[in-house]
Amino acid sequence: MFHRESGIFKTTYGADMALYPLPIAKWTVIALAVIFVVIIPLAVHEYYLSILNLIFIAIVGALGLNILVGYTGQISIGDGAFMSVGAYTAANLAVKLGLPFWITLPAGGLMAALIGVIVGMPSLRIKGLYLAIATLAGQLIIEWTINHVPAISGGAQASIEVDRPSLFGVSFNTQGRLYFFLLFFAVLAIVATLNLVRSRIGRAFVAVRDQDIAAEIIGINIYRYKLLAFAISSFYAGVCGVLYTYYFGIANYEQFQLVVSIDYLAMIIIGGLGSVLGSIFGAIFVTLLPIVIRILMENVGSLFFAQAEMANVISGLRLGVFGGLIIFFLIVEPEGLNRLWRNIRSYFRVWPFSY
Amino acid sequence: MTRFVRSWLGVAATTATLAFGGGQAFAQKELVFGLQCDRTGPTANVGTVLCPGYQDYIALVNSKGGVEGFKIKVLEIDNEYKVPPAMEAHERFKKEGAVLEGLYGTPQTAALNKKLEEDKILGTSPGFGTSPAADGKRYPYTFPIAASYWSQAGAAVAFAKEKLGDLKGKKIAYLFYDNPAGKEPLPILEDLAKTEGFELRTFAVPAPGLEMGAQILDITGRYKPDFIITHLFGRAPSVSIKELKGKGFPLSKVVAFVWGSSEADIIAAGGMGTAEGYSTIQFAGVGKEFPVIKDIEAMYKAQGKTPPKEMDSTVLYNRGVLIAALHVEAARNAIKAKGGAAPTSEEVKKGMEQVKGFTLGGLVPPMEITTADHEGGGWVQVWTVKGGKLVKVKDWFQGNRPVILKHLAADASKS
Repeated sequence: MFHRESGIFKTTYGADMALYPLPIAKWTVIALAVIFVVIIPLAVHEYYLSILNLIFIAIVGALGLNILVGYTGQISIGDGAFMSVGAYTAANLAVKLGLPFWITLPAGGLMAALIGVIVGMPSLRIKGLYLAIATLAGQLIIEWTINHVPAISGGAQASIEVDRPSLFGVSFNTQGRLYFFLLFFAVLAIVATLNLVRSRIGRAFVAVRDQDIAAEIIGINIYRYKLLAFAISSFYAGVCGVLYTYYFGIANYEQFQLVVSIDYLAMIIIGGLGSVLGSIFGAIFVTLLPIVIRILMENVGSLFFAQAEMANVISGLRLGVFGGLIIFFLIVEPEGLNRLWRNIRSYFRVWPFSY
Repeated sequence: MTRFVRSWLGVAATTATLAFGGGQAFAQKELVFGLQCDRTGPTANVGTVLCPGYQDYIALVNSKGGVEGFKIKVLEIDNEYKVPPAMEAHERFKKEGAVLEGLYGTPQTAALNKKLEEDKILGTSPGFGTSPAADGKRYPYTFPIAASYWSQAGAAVAFAKEKLGDLKGKKIAYLFYDNPAGKEPLPILEDLAKTEGFELRTFAVPAPGLEMGAQILDITGRYKPDFIITHLFGRAPSVSIKELKGKGFPLSKVVAFVWGSSEADIIAAGGMGTAEGYSTIQFAGVGKEFPVIKDIEAMYKAQGKTPPKEMDSTVLYNRGVLIAALHVEAARNAIKAKGGAAPTSEEVKKGMEQVKGFTLGGLVPPMEITTADHEGGGWVQVWTVKGGKLVKVKDWFQGNRPVILKHLAADASKS
């Protein structure tokens, strides 16, 4: 991430595909691990941990959507519904059968994967905007089902309260403890995705995205890989929904509506389609930016506005600035924050001899 | 390439402000209240009026020297009716030392119930959240402090009974927004249909509730009920008034729940004049004829300003005043109990559970909040459009309270 090499010396495919192209990359990862596992939980106020927790959950969801939209090129606006499938599966298992999180969490993911495959079936025949509408239908059908089937939703309020996850008798009931819980799954999701996209499956996804007829000609079973992409992506979304459920202590129908799907699409488009780092940047950007803008406004705004007007001004300006910044970043770099980051790196790589 | 350098400078400036600007030390003799609001999301039509009501009441208290010598600082955060920002807002309130917080939104209330209990900070959810949250034993730190949907259903049936005389053999239509909040009153209505002997038929309106021609036609043309109870949100109430009026159904046989009852809803349906007879349930007093509203107007005049236009939307504005007033009362009780020292959030929670006989000149119902009953009794008023304005037709009452209590007990034993 932060390293640079002085030339290209790779002579084998193995070296080219290595997760750590240089020894320093390994050290960077170790340093990041120390920062996130030791320093941040000890040094940072609980409030900032709570923001990081939201970011971790968003990273899992954004990675999953990016596998589908960014890597395989299948547009989906039903991500929120897959999250709700995972959330309600886990909540029902946890409450009715009393199962621990390490069973409910993969179960939620698997159920979402199953539903994802069904919703993804139209992708075998249609693509682009048509597929977007088909997945939108999936979102609405799942929303309706959860709203109207008490056996799934747990009654008229369509919300199921779950206890905090616990491991070896330790309950993850504070932001500090949930931090480790969520960090673990965020890291797991990142590592899994990094490995997935450099494997045979990941290359097949990219081939399907770039030109599915060509992919079929070189021997990729596109039906299988399209559905696999839906399954894997929905699995991530389902896990993301389970994490939300445990984080809030409740699976609630209104947490996973269409607007959530749009938010996650925004994350990966801003961050960069088809990149792991881009998903992380996008999750951070979309979660953090409104908070940063608000805190800035609270401090700066009092110079210009009366206290009574502030609340309205902050809310309005925050939306405006947020939207403006998204447009700004996408004009500066249409391929998202990940590309912007790479541009910055390659700029400093040859600095000060930029030409 | 210098634009990279420039953009890095921007990032650095942002980070610096975040790091150094976030944590302001507050002076002594100050209490922090957290308030979540929705000024930009799907329910902004409510938030942009309700929250100024809250802010104005706190400003009024501060202008008179605060509560028992403590100034109140309100930290307002717009959660856009989204759940993750609501959690962030709660953590921020906690960091700033808030002794209580006002929640906003049903899914947000649901998501924060557990966290409030863990952090021992009370949250108020008037008109939001679920009806079983009235049970203070189950949800010790969640305070609906206003009539829940169950209580509103009980009141609506009681009002229908008063209008129709006897409900036996009568037909009542329930027109509702097809989401969990809309379906929540169903158990109460079904139970009352059995005991009162009326026939109940439900008509669901799918989100976003702007198209209900089919349902209204079904109600007015085929079912022909003796009374209609509506429970709609957002722009849907205006549409229902317009459609019912268009089909010639007498609006005097309609009663709406609390989110279909603001002046703006009625005006958007074609003006006060056209909605003659439309009745609404209210959990706070309506209109400007309250001493506290006059005080707020006087406060603005003393500052040389004209009172804000939000004050004209009295239904929602007064609800904001009600929430703020109950927050201040809870803090007052806690400070008094501690002999004038700054209370903790747990003591403020105990203070909230002592609120009794505080009516603010009629704007607040005669509620009694106890350890077991965080709803305060489920009091409502009914206001009807008469001669171009809302007129009170039924003073504070608790409709079918025994039925509500029965369901609360049943729900508690289920979990």
